[in-house]
Amino acid sequence: MDKDIVISFDKFGFQYTAQAEPTLYDINLTVRKGEKVLIAGPSGCGKSTLAHCINGLIPAAYPGRIIGSLTVGGRDAVEQGLFGLSKTVGTVLQDSDGQFIGLTVAEDIAFALENDGVDTAEMHEQVKKAAALVGVEKVLSHAPHEISGGQKQRVGLAGVMVNSVDVLLFDEPLANLDPATGKQTIQFIEEIQQRTGCAVVIIEHRLEDVLWRKVDRVVVMGEGRIVYDGSPDELLCAGLLQSAGIREPLYVTALKYAGVQLTPEMHPAFLPELQLSDAQKQQVREWFESRPAPAEKAQTPVLLQTQGVDFTYDKGHHALKGIDVTVRRGEMLSIVGTNGAGKSTFSKAVCGFVRPQGGSMMLDGEDLSSLSIKERADRIGYVMQNPNQMLCKPMIFDEVAFGLRNRGIPEEEVRPRVEEALRICGLYPFRNWPVSALSYGQKKRVTIASILVLRPQLILLDEPTAGQDLAHYTEIMEFLRSLNEQGVTVVLITHDMHLMLEYTPRAVVFHDGRIIADCSAAEVLNSPEIVAAANLKETSLYHLSMLCGIDKPEAFTRCFIARDQEVRGK
Amino acid sequence: MTNLFNYIERSSPIHRMTGAAKLACLLLWSFAAMSGFHTLLLAALTVAAVVLFRISRIRVKDISFMLGFTFTFMIVNNLLIYLISPEHGVSIYGSRTVLLELFGPYVITAEQLFYHLNVALKYTCTIPIVLLFICTTDPSEFAASLNRIGVSYRISYAVALALRYIPDVQRAYTEIANAQQARGVEMSKKASLIERLKNVSAILIPLILSSMERIDTISNAMELRGFGKNKKRSWYSARPFGAWDWISMAVCGALVVLSLVLTALNGSRFFNPFV
Repeated sequence: MDKDIVISFDKFGFQYTAQAEPTLYDINLTVRKGEKVLIAGPSGCGKSTLAHCINGLIPAAYPGRIIGSLTVGGRDAVEQGLFGLSKTVGTVLQDSDGQFIGLTVAEDIAFALENDGVDTAEMHEQVKKAAALVGVEKVLSHAPHEISGGQKQRVGLAGVMVNSVDVLLFDEPLANLDPATGKQTIQFIEEIQQRTGCAVVIIEHRLEDVLWRKVDRVVVMGEGRIVYDGSPDELLCAGLLQSAGIREPLYVTALKYAGVQLTPEMHPAFLPELQLSDAQKQQVREWFESRPAPAEKAQTPVLLQTQGVDFTYDKGHHALKGIDVTVRRGEMLSIVGTNGAGKSTFSKAVCGFVRPQGGSMMLDGEDLSSLSIKERADRIGYVMQNPNQMLCKPMIFDEVAFGLRNRGIPEEEVRPRVEEALRICGLYPFRNWPVSALSYGQKKRVTIASILVLRPQLILLDEPTAGQDLAHYTEIMEFLRSLNEQGVTVVLITHDMHLMLEYTPRAVVFHDGRIIADCSAAEVLNSPEIVAAANLKETSLYHLSMLCGIDKPEAFTRCFIARDQEVRGK
Repeated sequence: MTNLFNYIERSSPIHRMTGAAKLACLLLWSFAAMSGFHTLLLAALTVAAVVLFRISRIRVKDISFMLGFTFTFMIVNNLLIYLISPEHGVSIYGSRTVLLELFGPYVITAEQLFYHLNVALKYTCTIPIVLLFICTTDPSEFAASLNRIGVSYRISYAVALALRYIPDVQRAYTEIANAQQARGVEMSKKASLIERLKNVSAILIPLILSSMERIDTISNAMELRGFGKNKKRSWYSARPFGAWDWISMAVCGALVVLSLVLTALNGSRFFNPFV
């Protein structure tokens, strides 16, 4: 057998004990030493199951029936077991906070060594080395809440690298990171790979974000099978992504809209090396010029107005430094910025969870400061990121009715209002179902329904699409858009640049407790200064427009979004 | 955010002792104090505890809450003893010196007062030491210490994990409570007690469900890095015992012996001044 092969699936299949159908069918896949492979696919396609097979969680933590064979490092995976595999495969999980085991950075890195019973003095040496490798040597004594999301991920990586593994497996590494940190992570993975020569397997559905750096191969999965295994360039030309439920890189879609015929020789998978002929550039320019300028929306009356809102936490953290925001009736807008920039604190201040020390907040001409949390909630609805943090009743109907019943609304009024909210959210057929029978996206809709039922004038959502694949993302966002069209004002707190571009005409950018930009989403993402200050990421459309000699990247982006909505709306 | 383990970082000889030695000392000290009612020994231990506290450079105001809490507990404990068994001292010391007649069965006897003095001394000689341990032991070292004195490493690590996650759970609790209050859950005194208890479930259910998700993640993360592979594991924060660790443990061991010897010489666990 080829010595370079580190992972080899041969006619491999898997079925979870609790499920009626197999999750993986007929998988044939090899990964060689030093290779970088991206495994992409929508939720439920089996990509996480595949990852669990590689690191041994299957069958150790998730039992089931395996057919065919899987060898890792030349030996049978099942024989090696979870602990044996951990010497070859280092897994960095999606939730960089949840996988942080130790009380401090050093202890977390040391965890695997402790379990091996390595001598304490030697352990300290190895931890230092691993920390230096990933650049966290200065924060060794810090607790998890004292370091950033990007640092946590590095710590997670150091924690598996102490085992000197041959394969690094990243399970959705970008899910919980802000755009700039995600970008750095992808670059960092490349650096680590070059330094160590490991094989890297990245499980991720955000193709464009991973392709920011070169990958050797992309494997696309769909319904438990591998539907594509080959070079990223060919994948982008094949037009297979849409049917596979993965979003194409925006610049690729834009080129297609402009009628440019993509070929693998143009290297479409790696933007810095994209080859466009002058004729093709001309084609993009002509397409842009031929498009009508998107219509501006008429201004509506002011709904929420804050002036000079100032808030300092007990411990002295000055989280909001004079925030002035105006939200107009019927708007849909994004609030973006790094973790700790003040976005969440601002939403807490609006909902009354924290009381600002200075400034004023008016909703529809009424001063919010005199209202309690509960009274504000009749006007402003707040939906938390994780629906499981809100759901408290076993049945869907009761969950949605909860807020009304707490307010002492008579039962004969509760029923029609709950049913109306369920209808708006497309949950009416499920009204008598238990909440536990729903998918994540449906649970999210239940939480939105449970807020809508209070008939707020404004609804505030924290990261509504975090961790969702394209299909679920589209489902949630289209639903929010339809709500918005029905007159509900929607404010979104998000890290997702696509979301902001596609769905919210306006973006408010927070940075270090201040607002540093309040303009169109396209303008924000085409301004390198704002992008850098707020840890955002430029859209690839910016680079494409530069490449084609279009000097109005912002207008180009808007034109693309308008076209994209036409196409996807069909 | 208040932490259960109120570790206060200062530079003192007590901070420098290893956690395992401190834990062993705490247990020995408590045993010496609990095994008998030797008034002089308890008084001496109380004085020593206060001196140790000074050495640790922990200030009373750092721990005023816990101190207040435990002293309230001590008073309640004493009151209850008196209410339930006002003649307890008499039955122990075998004599009855009435100082004051109250009503019904409640009289104040010198024996009962002396007994209460002993109970109070037990608190005053152990509480400072417990607080001292809590304030001077780095939480990182705690699990390693438990394991070193013989507790299985799985249980020790469970304790360490609890410490790791308490701040997270507290944060989640606040967030959930806020969101549920917005939905009209009344947590203030406006609602009746039964109402409030019911409302707590609207916060606890989501808290438990979302914590379950976390537990799933963390247990996978731990297994992936080999937790539970071997019978033994080492600890990053373990430190070898130094001279002071050995000396302190020897002194505390001697205290236990002293207490036992006193019991043997006395023929009873109670020092009796009434004979």
